[in-house]
Amino acid sequence: MFMNSSAERRYVVRLAIATAAYIFTLWLGERFVGSGAVVGLPAYLLALLPGLSVTGMFWAVARLMIEETDEYLRMLLVRQSLIATGFTLSLVTIWGFLENFNLVPHVDAFYVAILWFFGLGIGSVANKFMFQNKNKTS
Amino acid sequence: MNNKLKVLRAERNWSQSDLAAQLSISRQSVNAIETGRYDPSLPLAFQIAELFALRIEDIFFSNK
Repeated sequence: MFMNSSAERRYVVRLAIATAAYIFTLWLGERFVGSGAVVGLPAYLLALLPGLSVTGMFWAVARLMIEETDEYLRMLLVRQSLIATGFTLSLVTIWGFLENFNLVPHVDAFYVAILWFFGLGIGSVANKFMFQNKNKTS
Repeated sequence: MNNKLKVLRAERNWSQSDLAAQLSISRQSVNAIETGRYDPSLPLAFQIAELFALRIEDIFFSNK
């Protein structure tokens, strides 16, 4: 991936903060909600935090898309995100029907986020094939 | 869409990085435009034309 613009540097910082928040809040959830030490409304609030942290990762990608001033790099990111979204929606829809017919085991919904980020990787590879640099030395 | 950006750049002895810096875009963008893998937006096409003191149609032209 490209790492030139200030928008990309801000993206990396935001992603790092969201990832750190995810790890910390997941630990909090496991420690206090998973063990049953916290119940009721506080448990719901604590359990929301890891998901909100992952939402922060999505927000970081969205901000990169908005703040990237280089139109070509922005186009590549949009394309990459569309591929990730198409990949994720297709897979979870197919899986949902298979699950409905009791042909595959249940998978927790938060795996959708992991799939989407994996889809970004696929999008990046697809971009490389479609828009690979030519005449790099010129 | 085709263009003669590479020729214009070579005439001025500019590297892709030089041109990218003057347009405030990435070198990858210049490369993609020069090789026809990406058609610039109208504002960027105007910016390129102004930099070379030419009209857009003197730099970019249809494949047809």
